[in-house]
Amino acid sequence: MLAYALKRLFILAISLAVASLVIFLVVEVAPGDPASFMLGINARPDTVAALRAELGLDLPVHERYLAWVSGMVQGDFGTSYTYRAPVAQMVAERVQVSLPLALYALLLSTLIAFPAGIFAAARRGKPGDVAVMGATQLGVAVPNFWFAMLLVLLFALKLRWFSAGGFPGWDDPLQGLKALTLPAVALALPQAAILARVMRSALIDILHEDFIRTARAKGLSRRQALWRHGVRNALIPVLTIIGLQFSFLLAGAIIIEQVFFLPGLGRLIFQAITQRDLIVVESVVMLLVFAVIVVTFVTDLAYAAVDPRLRRRR
Amino acid sequence: MSRNLILGTLLTALFVGAALLSFVWTPYPTDTVAITERLQPPSAAHWLGTDHFGRDMLSLVMVGARTSIAVALVAVGIGLGLGVPLGLAAAARSGGWLDEAIMRMNDLIFAFPSLVIAILITAIFGPGATNAIIAIGIFNIPVFARLSRGAALSLWRREFILAARTAGKSAPRISAEHILPNIANLLIVQGTIQFSLGILAEAGLSYVGLGAQPPIPSWGRMLADAQTMVALAPHVAIIPGLAIVLTVLGLNLLGDGLRDRLDPRLGMVRA
Repeated sequence: MLAYALKRLFILAISLAVASLVIFLVVEVAPGDPASFMLGINARPDTVAALRAELGLDLPVHERYLAWVSGMVQGDFGTSYTYRAPVAQMVAERVQVSLPLALYALLLSTLIAFPAGIFAAARRGKPGDVAVMGATQLGVAVPNFWFAMLLVLLFALKLRWFSAGGFPGWDDPLQGLKALTLPAVALALPQAAILARVMRSALIDILHEDFIRTARAKGLSRRQALWRHGVRNALIPVLTIIGLQFSFLLAGAIIIEQVFFLPGLGRLIFQAITQRDLIVVESVVMLLVFAVIVVTFVTDLAYAAVDPRLRRRR
Repeated sequence: MSRNLILGTLLTALFVGAALLSFVWTPYPTDTVAITERLQPPSAAHWLGTDHFGRDMLSLVMVGARTSIAVALVAVGIGLGLGVPLGLAAAARSGGWLDEAIMRMNDLIFAFPSLVIAILITAIFGPGATNAIIAIGIFNIPVFARLSRGAALSLWRREFILAARTAGKSAPRISAEHILPNIANLLIVQGTIQFSLGILAEAGLSYVGLGAQPPIPSWGRMLADAQTMVALAPHVAIIPGLAIVLTVLGLNLLGDGLRDRLDPRLGMVRA
């Protein structure tokens, strides 16, 4: 297990290094100079040059890359060009919206998918199964931002149960949670559809296993065998998908935040892009990639811990 | 023919047909503004109503289909064109440095949150259909590379490949003449799935303003325009969304149907 963990850790480090290089280079070749952008078209060349020096933009590329990476490692994400505020502080404020939103959506997705998947697997080929599978086909095909608009139309504009957008902060946790409910539902639906399908097919695969037949031979009913032995074993592949989904939800929240005008990481990225605030773009994208890579790493380890065969196979 | 295959083929044909038809005919022109006709609900004159510029929604949906389908199709082409040769090369040199390098590169691309990177690419290099295609296409490469490598690996152990090797054929020639035709089914099925994912991705990018730019109609763009008018005229938000859902659903059903037909053993087992 230790050798496996070390190997995965090595891959994690390489992935992060390459990711940081790619992101830095992509942003580097971006047209448009942040200093000229900040000062406007009438700025004098010497003023632009002075600002470039102040922002460190006049340094050679490799020095800027190293400065950026070593800063990030120490928790210093640089200073936003437009807001003149530490990027780390801006990110910390926005994470308070994006992270709870992703977790909330993950919870909803799991709560919908587990019963639906188990229900369908237990009734394989029967009308109940066909109905659930039909619903998941539809769920996978719905773009979450469109579903979000429909939710706003129904629950905010017609029924007035929720507000159509905005976020009141966490001073009143219930109000905060309420503001995140429609966005979380919109994010969760397509994920729940995928997860339900995985749960169903994992269960169906397992129901063919010898140990289920043994359990049935010992006198357990189909339902008892399914619950006691099937669901527990099906959880292994399902947990992997949940791990992957979390990172997808965190990144997918970018578009949903636009629909609901939520002050999360997604809106921060879009604002920074339009204002050519490249240091913010770089740092937030790197942070999201970091989150995804780390979650994948943890999922891999958890998977290997549960299923020893994996450690030897790779 | 299975129900999935029939329904999937019909839906896909409907939208591809509408996109093709829009090259020569639409009920109304999509580039003329008629403010007096704005935001009208569906009627006999305008089957799907009009948008905030008074343009016919049916015509817009037809031309929008063109954008979505073109972007997603070229993005699948990029994935197939680059991913399959990489996957076949990796399988032919299984265990070698080339295999290792290609597979690690794939892992790396998989590790990136695709949406974030697509947004980064289109934001940095400028919004537009071409950059959207590149952004979506890049993430198709590892999908096809991994799929073709896996399928090719099992074929390399088969006797007919051994026969070809004994006959003195080179690895690239065996890959092209014997492996590729045998994995074509798998690639077609995966192609329809990536096609539908591409349509969803294009819609998302256009929705945040990073896909096809006005005046080119696109479904995502129509949804973005509709957002502030959803209370006034719900049809402007509902119709483009339905177009996306039905196209994606059609392609997914087509993919499922083809898979079941090409490999009946999988049948109902796989979701």
